Amino acid sequence: MSEARLQGRVLLEGQELVRDLDLALPPGWTCLLGPSGAGKSTLLRLLAGLPSGARLEGRRIVPSRIGWLAQQDLLQDRLSLAANVQLAARLRGARPDPARAEAMLTAVGLAGRGRERPEVLSGGQRQRVALARVLFDAAPLVLLDEPFSALDPATRAGMQALAHAQLQGRRVMMVTHDPAEALRLGDRVLLLRDRRLQDLPPLPPPHPRAPDDPELALSAARLLAHLAEAA
Amino acid sequence: MSRLLPVLLPLFAWAAVSLSGLVPPYILPAPQAVAVTLFTDAGVLWPNLLVTLSETLAGLALGLVLGLAAAVAMTLSPRLGRLAGPGLVASQALPVFVLAPVLTLWMGYGPGPKVAMTVLLVFFPVASGLRDGLEATPPAVLDLAQISGASPLRTLLWLRLPHALPHLGAALRIAVTYAPTGAVIGEWVGASKGLGYLMLMANARMKIDLMFAALVLIVAMTLLLNLGTDRVLRRARM
Repeated sequence: MSEARLQGRVLLEGQELVRDLDLALPPGWTCLLGPSGAGKSTLLRLLAGLPSGARLEGRRIVPSRIGWLAQQDLLQDRLSLAANVQLAARLRGARPDPARAEAMLTAVGLAGRGRERPEVLSGGQRQRVALARVLFDAAPLVLLDEPFSALDPATRAGMQALAHAQLQGRRVMMVTHDPAEALRLGDRVLLLRDRRLQDLPPLPPPHPRAPDDPELALSAARLLAHLAEAA
Repeated sequence: MSRLLPVLLPLFAWAAVSLSGLVPPYILPAPQAVAVTLFTDAGVLWPNLLVTLSETLAGLALGLVLGLAAAVAMTLSPRLGRLAGPGLVASQALPVFVLAPVLTLWMGYGPGPKVAMTVLLVFFPVASGLRDGLEATPPAVLDLAQISGASPLRTLLWLRLPHALPHLGAALRIAVTYAPTGAVIGEWVGASKGLGYLMLMANARMKIDLMFAALVLIVAMTLLLNLGTDRVLRRARM
């Protein structure tokens, strides 16, 4: 089973950070919005099983393999791009598979560049390699922590579409603070505020919406206004 | 040319002082007299240089291996790290060369105490430098290891060690500078061979030119070791 679920409540230094939590991730994209400090990243890290300073009182059901893509690309400067693509799998103890690594690089638009080093890449290209690392490991659950927020808008739009296409069919949860990004990609949009998770209406499929989709622009603007009002 | 300045400047100062006649040659011989001695007494100098050099290299190799092993062991076993770590930091403040007479007492007049002295001078900077480096891996990088369920050994090889290489490089540069000092101090305390022994022997026999020739060789050897190490480390991006 590749079920992914987080239930219970989250405590940070004895204080309740999130209450009445029941987050079940279906296949597709779940986008999590919320003001800074609300605990979005904490929730994601709890799901990932990473140290977060917070404690979960409840249940955590996750598949044995989890893909992780953070704002930092975490590429290792001393490794080739092909080796970087295989890094998560190698850390797990998997055998090297250079042919598959090249295939993943091709999938993210960096065909034939496996022997190069990360230092020659732009920020957007680096994040593509990080995505290829996630693809190589073939995890049924993929967690994204603001992975595109450091990219310029045009590169970001391209990366969103690429990630959406490549992670088709997996359970994906992305933390973001950009309402447009959440609406563009999310089959489900969640808001973490006042210690509770609430569902916001997502845009109807298909996802990802085109960057110039008027419905996307309007909904994103409305959602931004709603968030600003509450802040 | 500018890279030679640190060598040429002291040499000129030395020549100027000895030419001025302010200092008698039995206190400070002229550089040209020492240069001549380097050739005339080559038969005495070279075998002793080889002795000191081999003690230095043996101590370096052994100290390096032990230092690396200690740092890796302390990283793989946090308990060991907590136990021995503070001692390692404190040892940096100890003047370990005061142990030289003790080492000679225990190990005799052979190469043993010289190599041991060098090992002591090399071990601590390498062990504590590499350990600091291994502990300094960015937390976000370690997230990757944890989410992949990596064993401590794989985390060490794939992530911690590569990130620690600059630290290790800095430690190696220090170690290479200390190493000849360890051998020479060992020879001063008790030896029948080596440049340190030759310096004391020449001094006692008022062969000041020879003493300075041995000194020049020690300095030259240290500088060349440094230069070579730096070249290799640069190539390895450390």
